[in-house]
Amino acid sequence: MTELPPLFADWFASRGWAPRRHQLEMVQAARDGAHALLVAPTGGGKTLAGFLPSLIDLAERGPKPETGPGSGVHTLYLSPLKALTVDVERNLTAPIREIGLNIHVESRTGDTKQSKRQRQRDFPPDILLTTPEQLALFCAWEGARSYFADLKCVILDEVHAIWSGKRGDLLSLGLGRLQAYAPQMRRVGLSATIEDPDLIRAWLSPGRPSPLRGRWAAKRLGWGGCREFRRQWVRCPCPTAASTPPSVSLREPPSPARGKEGERVRLVKGDPGAAAEIDVLISEGKVPWAGHTGQHAVPEVYAALQRAKLSLIFVNTRWQAEFVFQQLWAINDDDLPIALHHGSLAAEQRRKVEAAMARGDLRAVVCTSTLDLGIDWGDVDLVIQMAAPKGSSRLVQRIGRANHRLDEPSRALLVPASRFEMLECQAAREAVAANAFDWEPVHIGTLDTLAQHVMGVACAEPFDMVELYEQIVGCGPYRDLTWEQFEEVVDFVATGGYALRTYDRFARIVRTQNGRWKVRNQHIAQRHRMNVGAIVSAGTLNVRVASRRGGGGTRAWIAGRKVGEAEEWYFEQLTPGDTFLFAGQVWAFQGITGTDALVTHASDKEPKIPSWGGSKFPLSTSLADRVRDMVQDRDHWRVLPPDVQEWLELQEARSVIPDAESMLVETFPRGSRHFLVAYPFEGRLAHTTLCMLLTRRLDRLGVGPLGFVVTDYALAIWSIKPMGDIDLDALFQPDMLGDDLEAWLDESFMMKRSFRNCALISGLIERRQPGAEKTGRQVTFSTDLIYDVLRRHQPDHLLLKTARADAASGLLDVARLGQMLARIEGRIRHQPLSRPSPFCVPVLVQIGRERVGGDAAEMILDESAEALIAEVMEPSA
Amino acid sequence: MNAALRQSLARKVCGSLSVLVAGEACVLRCSGALWLPAHGALVAADLHLEKGSAFAMRGQMLPPYDSRATLDRLEAEIAALDPATVILLGDSFHDTRAIPRMAADDRARLDRLAEGRDWLWLEGNHDREALARDADAAGRLPGRIVGDLSLGGLRLVHEPEALSADDDRRGEVAGHLHPCARVAAYGRGCDAPVSSPTGRG
Repeated sequence: MTELPPLFADWFASRGWAPRRHQLEMVQAARDGAHALLVAPTGGGKTLAGFLPSLIDLAERGPKPETGPGSGVHTLYLSPLKALTVDVERNLTAPIREIGLNIHVESRTGDTKQSKRQRQRDFPPDILLTTPEQLALFCAWEGARSYFADLKCVILDEVHAIWSGKRGDLLSLGLGRLQAYAPQMRRVGLSATIEDPDLIRAWLSPGRPSPLRGRWAAKRLGWGGCREFRRQWVRCPCPTAASTPPSVSLREPPSPARGKEGERVRLVKGDPGAAAEIDVLISEGKVPWAGHTGQHAVPEVYAALQRAKLSLIFVNTRWQAEFVFQQLWAINDDDLPIALHHGSLAAEQRRKVEAAMARGDLRAVVCTSTLDLGIDWGDVDLVIQMAAPKGSSRLVQRIGRANHRLDEPSRALLVPASRFEMLECQAAREAVAANAFDWEPVHIGTLDTLAQHVMGVACAEPFDMVELYEQIVGCGPYRDLTWEQFEEVVDFVATGGYALRTYDRFARIVRTQNGRWKVRNQHIAQRHRMNVGAIVSAGTLNVRVASRRGGGGTRAWIAGRKVGEAEEWYFEQLTPGDTFLFAGQVWAFQGITGTDALVTHASDKEPKIPSWGGSKFPLSTSLADRVRDMVQDRDHWRVLPPDVQEWLELQEARSVIPDAESMLVETFPRGSRHFLVAYPFEGRLAHTTLCMLLTRRLDRLGVGPLGFVVTDYALAIWSIKPMGDIDLDALFQPDMLGDDLEAWLDESFMMKRSFRNCALISGLIERRQPGAEKTGRQVTFSTDLIYDVLRRHQPDHLLLKTARADAASGLLDVARLGQMLARIEGRIRHQPLSRPSPFCVPVLVQIGRERVGGDAAEMILDESAEALIAEVMEPSA
Repeated sequence: MNAALRQSLARKVCGSLSVLVAGEACVLRCSGALWLPAHGALVAADLHLEKGSAFAMRGQMLPPYDSRATLDRLEAEIAALDPATVILLGDSFHDTRAIPRMAADDRARLDRLAEGRDWLWLEGNHDREALARDADAAGRLPGRIVGDLSLGGLRLVHEPEALSADDDRRGEVAGHLHPCARVAAYGRGCDAPVSSPTGRG
């Protein structure tokens, strides 16, 4: 059994605590010099477990030398949120002070003052708490190598929230860089919710390059994966003219014995805490047929707030947060202090809410994922999830916000907004009870992020291409990067990667005499440093209260106080005079000037323009599996409320209950239109993509598709001619992901958006210039132009390929769609009907709710949900 | 815009607009160029050639295809109209050092396009110095460099001048105020900024 040094053991005893098993195991891992991944529930002393080995090491070190070896940073802590670093600094200071250690802790974020940053460079603290973006910046520092030479440990907090995606790519590359500076450095990951620790272990592990393994390969065969996959099997590193060619292949041939990078990271598991008490709120014993806000249950939610000390009410979108906040205040007879917290609010306003929570001045906060991660703002004793949680990991994270004591259960209340959501809430509850978290697909490193890293490296010190390549393929997401891809990225960094080689003389990085690459001049390096990071915010506009200049005829608006920020796309669909909900109030939209959306107070109680109310998170794959299972398992129905059971039984009588492996497709006429409703349960994103592709095919088949609508569970397409006689197996053929997808992508606006992100991250466009910052709008304009130019003149340009892959994986969920199409091949259960089925009500009701344009607008479908339900419920003739 | 002018705006089959400016027939082409049929003259403003490489020079690697694309559009107009005269209304080059940065094939194409035509470069605020330098270097550009130009009742300039009330009969064709294609009326005349074929600025 690992023992703590007396100083530490005494401290635990003085607090009346005993060190937990996982804390001791983390200390042991450090003594063994092992990398570690700690998975422990919230409230289990996870953060302390991460820092304990460093505190012990630093206590044994004694006074820190002023200069020379040992004077650098000992431990680097990285968290996905700025606020979390501040929180951890506070939590870390307590034991350091109480034990009486001479350890210097500092935090550093984008908000840290220049003077403090400079001091941190000159006099490194023992423990530096910061964000991945700062790490990317460190990598671009001149002198980074000596600054981090003493580094013993890197701690990655909330690692599940960051490892996949571009931030994770940049972080992984940064870790690879640090490891090169400090080979002795240990990597430590912390998380409360990980379904597949091996995946994170493999990501976390510093590795020798290794060939693809069966398991990884199976998961990554998404869109275009196959081709890429085969290409990678046959490549070998090609020497470039000027660099020293590696004498042997940098990769070994695949062999079953290899590919266990993750084993170098020791897995430490905390004991599970008390099981959470999760209740599902059934309002007046009834679950609504359709909906997505949970509006029907607001009075009961309010009653629950009255009984709790401090509640967090989680919703899935900002607009939903606004809506629920408004609804609660409308019935807030006790004047409970209820606040609103989401990412569109001005930062000062969010800080105010957080401070009020910490002081105990609030009774409830309506919030989005901005409060998901592990910050303790107050003594939360109830977590309410309005509308279904969409994933079990997210639910566990959110429940973890209540009650940070491990031995007491956290209390949570789920509020399903519809009958399918009732199934989902039940599934989520069972998943949490079974400790089953969401499964995530393997993420392949993106090349725009790599380009940023390569530029950063060149800004820090001259690099050798082969050396850097070896370092990069040692980073989890880039293990399969080919030498050709790497060369392409380096060429892109140098000259933009254009076939027309006119920019060679302007190259941003140039070869030195000994064949290394370095940044051309300090001006370019400085600009790069201003632009590091992989977070590209969507184009946002400042929402400002406007007033009229002068009186009478002049129509000019003057922008006044800023209310917050909101996505540009939302305003692009508004016309002046439209009213909408924002920051808890109804506003009238007046216009856009520059980067401001001008609004005035509106007297309307109800906004005219509905906000898109659906979840931005797609239903997780594992939760969808559970819902599908529950639907076909009649014994399971008994746990559901009676009206939901009746609904399922009615579906069985009127249509069919599909088995878990099949997909049900119903076709029926209604009014003068014909409908096709399918139930893939794959989430909004994948359904939208599927509908886009299906309508193209239906158009070619001459049935005249008029429109479509999706939910997380189902999709409905309507047309002029009947769709019952169509060969559905052919219609849903996976080959739609070939030419149809390509053709659609080329036309879609999404590609431009995705290209813009790639252009910014890769450094093709620099958002921040010394002196002035380009506004979001200007960047959108110029990247759209570049996109068009490249498509015309160089369709195989690196950034176009990257943007395409991004759109396919992120915006379109193509990989998930591909898996689903493969799953249902030959398993489509077609049910022709004479009228709508009980299952299709939620998706059909959606049609009247969403703004539809073009041909579909003529459809008269704004009848009430009640009429539709009556039609479905009517006894058979 | 006054009623008389509005009446004189007539849609053409190809989508261009015909207007009368100071008694001169002007065809506003969809490409953004201006065609003066009475003079056989094609007018284009603000080509901003080598804009991409101007950014690249400073380390921002915008695509190098802009000059090529601009010449494509100019070539298409020349092929369609076969003008006797081509007038480039200033800011044909993005910056002082743009001319030597042009790719050899783009440069050769320019020479080809100018063959057999009267090719006039007006000076603009961006390229006054570029044109002057090029002229020093033994006039390598095809055609002639001019300060401003009158054609029938029209005065062609790069930057429009403020008009006074008694100038109402003067027709002025100017570039500079791109990329918005605006038609503004002064008295009975018309100031029609000619948008650049690239539409960028």
